[in-house]
Amino acid sequence: MSAARVGVVTFPGTLDDQDAARAVHLVGAQAVPLWHADHDLKGVDAVFLPGGFSYGDYLRCGAISRFAPIMDELIPAAGAGLPVIGTCNGFQILCEAHLLPGALTRNASLHYVCRDQRVRIEQTATAWTNAFDQGQEIVLPVKHGEGRYVASDETLAALEAGGHVVVRYVGGNPNGSLNGIAGIRNEAGNVVGLMPHPEHAVEELVGAPSTDGLGFFTSILKNLVDA
Amino acid sequence: MARVIVDVMLKPEILDPQGQAIARALPRLGFSGVGAVRQGKRFELELEGPADEAALAEVRKMAETLLANTVIEDYTVRVTE
Repeated sequence: MSAARVGVVTFPGTLDDQDAARAVHLVGAQAVPLWHADHDLKGVDAVFLPGGFSYGDYLRCGAISRFAPIMDELIPAAGAGLPVIGTCNGFQILCEAHLLPGALTRNASLHYVCRDQRVRIEQTATAWTNAFDQGQEIVLPVKHGEGRYVASDETLAALEAGGHVVVRYVGGNPNGSLNGIAGIRNEAGNVVGLMPHPEHAVEELVGAPSTDGLGFFTSILKNLVDA
Repeated sequence: MARVIVDVMLKPEILDPQGQAIARALPRLGFSGVGAVRQGKRFELELEGPADEAALAEVRKMAETLLANTVIEDYTVRVTE
């Protein structure tokens, strides 16, 4: 069978698209560059929304990107079950696009936080975390100034009750996120957003704290092969 | 031509660390008597036509769609001279 094709979207101001593409390549899939201004998902099997400062984070992080032409295609496709993951700025975009509930706001400390962070995989029933063990603790880099997850009490209760919290910070909450939430999924489990960076934890050679991030990429392959 | 102001504020239940930092800075600068600060955004929209009900409805739609994230923010719309 031909390699799975994972689209990686580049907005103006995106920084991590090359790293995401490399991580996709490392697990044997084909990374397909997608451009923010195109109305074309190029028939990909899954989409990765990388981190950075798309549109300069003007107005709010992800607020402008959410209306980019590519999103006109991505939002209905995600609603129809296309696996989509957003990390960092990508997570912010998914929340602004209402593909995921809640929002990411300024870190409680007001400081940009860049560190290796221990997190726990709370939910493996997603397109992007099925290669992990439930409750597995891994280490991923975090680097953001606006990563404090907030949502209404009802939304938060629904996330917890439904098992939609996918990744939770352990050993310290870097940004003051409610309930220590680092990442969540949608109802169907095909859309996942998280603040930590799996794509920066795939190769020891570059000084990454682990290669734990690979699990997100092998998950999507497993998912596509099983489908 | 009319000017419409859209004020966007974090909802009261959402922590505003920036406002808190400003509140903490004020006493250090010798200002007293301020119990709390909330920080928000103000947008000034120059309309090409009059600020009639139709135009204001359109502004509210802009606020809902783009200017505010109503998941975490409230907004108000008002007309100035």
